Amino acid sequence: MSDAPALSVLRLSKCFGERVALDDVSFEIGHGEIFGLLGPNGAGKTTTVRTLGTLLSPTSGSAVITGIALAPENGVAIRSRISIMPESPGLYLRLSVAENLEAFAELYQVPDARSRIERALRAVHLIDRANDACGTLSKGLRQRAALGRALLSDPEVLFLDEPTSGLDPVAARDVHELIDELRHRGVTIVLTTHRLDEAERLCDRVAILNTTLRALGRPDELRERLFSKTLSVRTVAPLPDPGAVFDACPAVDAWREVGTASYSLVVSDSIVAPPAVARALVSAGADVLSLGESHHSLEDVYLELIDQGRRPTP
Amino acid sequence: MMKPSTRRVRAIFRKELREYRRTGSIVGTMAVVPLIFIIAPLARAFALPVSAAATLRHENLLVYLMAIPAIVPATLAAYSVVGERQQGTLEPILTTPLRREEFLLGKALASFIPSVVVAYAVFALFLACVELFAQPVIASALVRGPELLAQLAFTPLLAGWSIWAGIAISTRSNDVRAAQQLAGLASLPPIAITSLISYNVIHPTLRLVLGFGIALLLLNRVGWRITSKAFDRERLVTGSRSRGERQT
Repeated sequence: MSDAPALSVLRLSKCFGERVALDDVSFEIGHGEIFGLLGPNGAGKTTTVRTLGTLLSPTSGSAVITGIALAPENGVAIRSRISIMPESPGLYLRLSVAENLEAFAELYQVPDARSRIERALRAVHLIDRANDACGTLSKGLRQRAALGRALLSDPEVLFLDEPTSGLDPVAARDVHELIDELRHRGVTIVLTTHRLDEAERLCDRVAILNTTLRALGRPDELRERLFSKTLSVRTVAPLPDPGAVFDACPAVDAWREVGTASYSLVVSDSIVAPPAVARALVSAGADVLSLGESHHSLEDVYLELIDQGRRPTP
Repeated sequence: MMKPSTRRVRAIFRKELREYRRTGSIVGTMAVVPLIFIIAPLARAFALPVSAAATLRHENLLVYLMAIPAIVPATLAAYSVVGERQQGTLEPILTTPLRREEFLLGKALASFIPSVVVAYAVFALFLACVELFAQPVIASALVRGPELLAQLAFTPLLAGWSIWAGIAISTRSNDVRAAQQLAGLASLPPIAITSLISYNVIHPTLRLVLGFGIALLLLNRVGWRITSKAFDRERLVTGSRSRGERQT
C-alpha cells in the first residue's frame, strides 16, 4: 500500500448560489482509516460526501481520491474506486435484494458478479433474504441491503452517509458491527453521522464540521485539547476541610465541591495525581467511595465546538 | 467522448424491464390503451359495405394507428428520471461509474423496445382482424403496401421522438404527474399530423412522407442532444443547477 493518503481534501468549498454549504475545508484520510464527519443539520457533511463522490462540482479547492484528482474528466474513474451509501437506502422496492445488487454489479462491471453478490450478501447477513422483494424488508434490513450494495465493487473508499439514521438500537448495533467488520478488512471509511456515540465507538479520527472545519483529530485528542483533565472523588461523608486534603496534593491545580461529599479536581498529570489524592484522603481518615478520571465524551467536545461557533464574538 | 458501455446500458435496461414486469399497472396500461385505439377503425372496417371499397382506397385509415407508438412510450419516458428521483433511487445509481449517456440510453431503450413491440403487435392484430372478419374487398382496399411500409418505418421514429421528449421533460421536472402531462402534450404534434393524414385533411405525397421522415429523424437527434444536455447530476441530486461545470 502506498504512503499517499486514501483521500486528501484541500481548501474545498461549495456554494449553492449565495448559500455557502462548505467553506475552505481541508483534511486527509489514511488507508484503512475510519473517519467521522460530524456536524449539525446543514453543516455540509452530505455536501462533502457528494462533492467527493463527483455528484457535485466544487466551487473551489481540490481533492485527490484514491490517487485521482477530483476533476470532471475523472468522474467515472473515481466512482469506479469508491462507493457511496446515501442516507436513504434507495433500493428498487419491487425488485429482490439479489436483483438490486445484480443491477449495481453490472453498473460497476464487477467480474464474476454472481459470487460477488453472494459475498456481499453474506457480509451483511442477508443471504437468506436474497430473493425477498426489498419492499417487504424492514428499515434495518434495507439499510443492510444498501450496505451490501455499497460493498459489491470492493471500494477503496466507502462513504457512509448517516448509515444508522432512523434505525432502532438493535438495527443500529447490527450496522455498527458490520462497519467494525469492514475495519478489519482494511476498507477506508468516511462516516457522516449525528450520533456521537457512534462516531466515538467507530471512528479513528473525526472532523467536526459546521460549514467550516471546526476541529480534526482523534476523539481523545479533541477531548484533551478542549478540556482539562479532571478527577472525580466521592467520599462517604463530606470532608471537614477539603482544601487541606487537596491543596497539598502534587499535580492538583484546583478543586471544587460538586455535591454532597463529591469533588472535582483539575489535575495537570493524570498519572501522578490519583495516587497522591488517594493517599491524602486515607491520611485524612476519609472513607473513599470512588476516585477516577472524569471522562468527557465526544458529545461534550462536539457541543463545546458547536456552541463556540454560535457565541457572538466580543 | 468515450463509447458507452453496453454492459451498463443493458443493466439499466434489464432493471427497467424487471420493474415493468413487477408493476402490473404499467403492463396493463401499455397493452390496453393501444387496444382501445383500434376499436374505432376495426368497427368501421367491419361495418363498411362492399360498395365502400372504392372510397376506402382513397382514405388513409391505417395512418391513424401511428398514434400508438407516440402515445405508449410518453408516460414511461416521462417517469424515467423524475420517478427515480422521487423514489430515492436516483442518487445511488448516479454514484456508480455510470455515464449520463449510458443512463439515458438504457432508459430510452427500456421505453422504446416495449413500445415498438406493442405498436407492431397491435397493428398486426388489427390486420389479422381485418383479414379474417372484414369483407375481402374492404380488407384489400384497407391494407395497402405503401401504408404498411410507412407504418413499419414511422413506428420507431414516432416512438423515438416521444421518448426523447418524455425523458428531457423528466430530467427537468420535479413532479411525476407534471412530467407525464407535459410528455403527453409533447407527443401531440406528430399525432396531429398522422391524424390529419388519416382524416384526409392532408394528402400524403411521397415528398410529404419523406419530409415527415427526415423531420422525425432530425427531431430524434436533437431530442437526444437536448436530453443529454438537460441531464445535470447536480441539479438532479440537489435541485439546484450546477454553474456550467462539465460532468461525466
